Amino acid sequence: MSSASKGSIGLKVHGLKAEVGGHEVLHGIDLEVGPGEVHVVMGPNGSGKSTLAHSLVGRPGTNVTAGEIRVDDVELTGMASFERARAGLVAVLQQPVEVPGVLLESVLVSALSGTDRELTLEGVRRCMGEEAAAIGLEPAILRRPLNVDLSGGEMKRNEMVQIAALRPKYCVLDEIDSGLDVDALGMVASRLERATGEWGLGVLAITHFERLLVELKADAVHVMVDGRIVRSGGPELAQELEHTGYRPYG
Amino acid sequence: MPLPSCRVSIGSGPEIPVGGSILSSFTAENLRTLNHQDTPKWLCERRVESYNAFESMPRPSEKEEVWRYTPIDALDLDAYSILPALPRGASEVGQGYLEKELFFEPTRWSSTVSGDLGQREFSGNGLVGGAKVGGLELDAAEESLGSVMRGGDALVRLNDAFHPDAVVVDIPDGVRLGAPILIYTWLPDSFETRPAYFPRTLVRVGEGSDVRIVEVVSGPLRVKGALVVPVTEIVVGDGGSVSYVTLQTLGSNVWHIARSASRVGERAKLKLFTVGLGSHYDRVRVDVSLVGRGASSELNSVYLGRDDQVHDIRTQQDHNAPQTTSDLLCKGAVADSSRSVYSGLIRISHGAVRSEAMQTNHNLVLDESAHADSVPNLDIKENDVRCSHASTVGPIDEDRRFYVESRGVPPETAERLIVMGFFDDIVSKCPIEEADSFLRAEVGSGLKDALGELPGLPNAADAGQEHRSGSTGSAGQVR
Repeated sequence: MSSASKGSIGLKVHGLKAEVGGHEVLHGIDLEVGPGEVHVVMGPNGSGKSTLAHSLVGRPGTNVTAGEIRVDDVELTGMASFERARAGLVAVLQQPVEVPGVLLESVLVSALSGTDRELTLEGVRRCMGEEAAAIGLEPAILRRPLNVDLSGGEMKRNEMVQIAALRPKYCVLDEIDSGLDVDALGMVASRLERATGEWGLGVLAITHFERLLVELKADAVHVMVDGRIVRSGGPELAQELEHTGYRPYG
Repeated sequence: MPLPSCRVSIGSGPEIPVGGSILSSFTAENLRTLNHQDTPKWLCERRVESYNAFESMPRPSEKEEVWRYTPIDALDLDAYSILPALPRGASEVGQGYLEKELFFEPTRWSSTVSGDLGQREFSGNGLVGGAKVGGLELDAAEESLGSVMRGGDALVRLNDAFHPDAVVVDIPDGVRLGAPILIYTWLPDSFETRPAYFPRTLVRVGEGSDVRIVEVVSGPLRVKGALVVPVTEIVVGDGGSVSYVTLQTLGSNVWHIARSASRVGERAKLKLFTVGLGSHYDRVRVDVSLVGRGASSELNSVYLGRDDQVHDIRTQQDHNAPQTTSDLLCKGAVADSSRSVYSGLIRISHGAVRSEAMQTNHNLVLDESAHADSVPNLDIKENDVRCSHASTVGPIDEDRRFYVESRGVPPETAERLIVMGFFDDIVSKCPIEEADSFLRAEVGSGLKDALGELPGLPNAADAGQEHRSGSTGSAGQVR
C-alpha cells in the first residue's frame, strides 16, 4: 500500500516537543506518513502517545513548544484546530464528546462548507447513510444528538462515518480499538484499509494491541517510550512487541 | 345524551369608555371604578379586601430571600397606572401578530381567548368538546379563583385587587379536548403613561379530563414602559392532565412579574413549559403542589438574556402525597450584559413516601459581562424518597467546542451550532406539538439577535419533528 512520498507530500512531524501542565511530555518526535500509508505507534501507558495525537490536532491544554507539523506543503503548527482539519488532518480521539441538540449532518455540512469537498445536506445524508451501513452503525443513531447516549462501540463507528464523510488526507487514531468488540474492530480496520486505497488516506494509529493490524496493514511500526520514538520497523515489530512487551525499551 | 359543557369564561369587565382612559395609580378610588354593577358581589368584596391587604404590606425588597439577586428595588410602582380600557384597534393588531408573525393556524385551535389591556375578547371557533363556549360565568369561579394562590405578596395582592377580568378555563369531568386553547395577552404601545396590567387566569380541570393551553404574552417592542403582573392558577382533578405552555416576548422596557400556582390531584399530570425571551425584568415564579397519590409534574423552562435583561426563575416542587414525581429542567443563556437567576426548592413533606423529584438547571454564559446565578435547594422530611439536583453555570464547554471545531467547523459556526443545540435540547420537550414550530421560530430569532446570523442547518429538534410527523421511519428518540 505504500506509495513513495515525493518531495514535501506527507504528514511530517519534526522535532516535536510538547508540554502538558507545564511538564514536557514529548521530547522531540520525528515521523513521516505518506499518502495511503499506515503507521502504528505503540508504547506503554504514560509514554506520551495521546499527547502526540492531541498536539497534532491542536487540542487546548497541550502546548507545542518546538518542532514542526506539516501536511503536504502546509505548516500546521500554530493553526486553529478547524484549520488543521481543513488542511487535511483529523483525529479520532479516545473519548468522543456529547454535543446535545446538535446533529452530525449539520457538523459535517459546516465542516465541508467552503472546501473542495463541499456537499449539500442531501449529499451529506447520503454519504452518512452509506458509511453507517458499511461500518454496522444503526442509521437511527445518525438522527440523534451527536454522541449523546451512545455506547462505546457506537461512538467509534460514528467517528468512522465522520472520517469517511470528511475524507481527510491524514487521520490520527488514538486507541480506536478501545471499547470495540472483535467484530466491530474488524469492520473499523477494514474500512480504514479500504480508505488508504480509495482516497489515499494516510493513517497514524496509536494502539496497545496488535489485533487492529489484522485487517489494517501497517507499513511501519514505531515504539514510543517516555516521549521519544525509540525504535521503528516493519509490521513484524508489532508481533515482536506482543511477545516481548515494552520492558526491553524501558 | 347532552355533552358536558366546557366553559371558557371571560369575566364581566367594566364599561369601556371610547378611546380608553388611564387611571392614575393604585388607589381605592380606582378600585371602585373597576367594580361596577355587573361585577359579582364576592369579587367586589375580594378586590377591596386584597387592596387593603396590599396597603398594609411591605413592598417587595431585595433584602428578602425571594427577591435576592433581582433589581426589584428599582421598580417604582407609583410610576404605573391602572388601565381598565384599551384604545380601539389594538385587538386587530394582536390578531395579525398571531396569524402572521407567529404562524398560527387558527383552525388548529379549539378556541382563542384574547386578552388585551383591560379587555378580554372572546373569539375563536366557539366549539370546545362539542359544547358551546363563551359564556360569561364568573360566578362559577368564586370557589376556585384564589383557591390555589392564597395570600401572596404585595404584587399578588395588586393582581387580586386590580385584575380587570379573569380568563376561566373550566373543564368538567371526563372531557378530553383535541386541540389546544390559545390565550394571548397583547400589550399595545399607544399610551402616554406607563400602564400596569394584571392578567388573571384560572384553569380548573375535572376528573380524567385533558386540556392543553398555550399562552402568549407579547406586544410591540417600543412601549415606553409597562408593568405586567400575571397570576395563573391551575387545579388538575384526579386522573386529569394539563399541559400549559407560556411564551413571553414583551418589549425591553417592560417589567414582567409572573406567578403561577398549581394543585395536582391523584394520578393527575401537569406539564408546564415556559419560554422567556422579552422584558427588561422577566420573573417567573412557578409553584406546583402534588396533593394526590401518584400525582406528577414536569416543568421545563427556557430563557435567553440579551442587552441588560434579567431573567429570574423561581420554582417550588411540593410533594404532599405518597408516590408523587416531579421533574424540572431549566436551561438558559445570557449574552451581552444580561443576567439570570434560577432558584428552586424541592420540598418533600412527611408522608410523601416513595416520591421522586429531580431539578436541573444549566446556564450558558456567552459574554464576559453576562452573569448567571443558580441556587438549588432541597427540604426533605421523608426517608424513602429519591431526589436529585444538578446545576451548571459557565461558557460553552471547551471540549465540546474543540470536538466540533476539530472536524473543520469554523469557531463562530461551532459556537452557534452548540448554542442552538443547547436550546433545541429543551425546546424539543415542549408538551404541545402545535406550539413547537412557533416556539422554535421565536427562540431562533432571539438567538439570531444574540449571536448573529445562524447556520440554516437542521438540529436534533428537526429530527424529532420528522419523527413525529413520520416522514422518516427510522428517526431516533430525541430526548
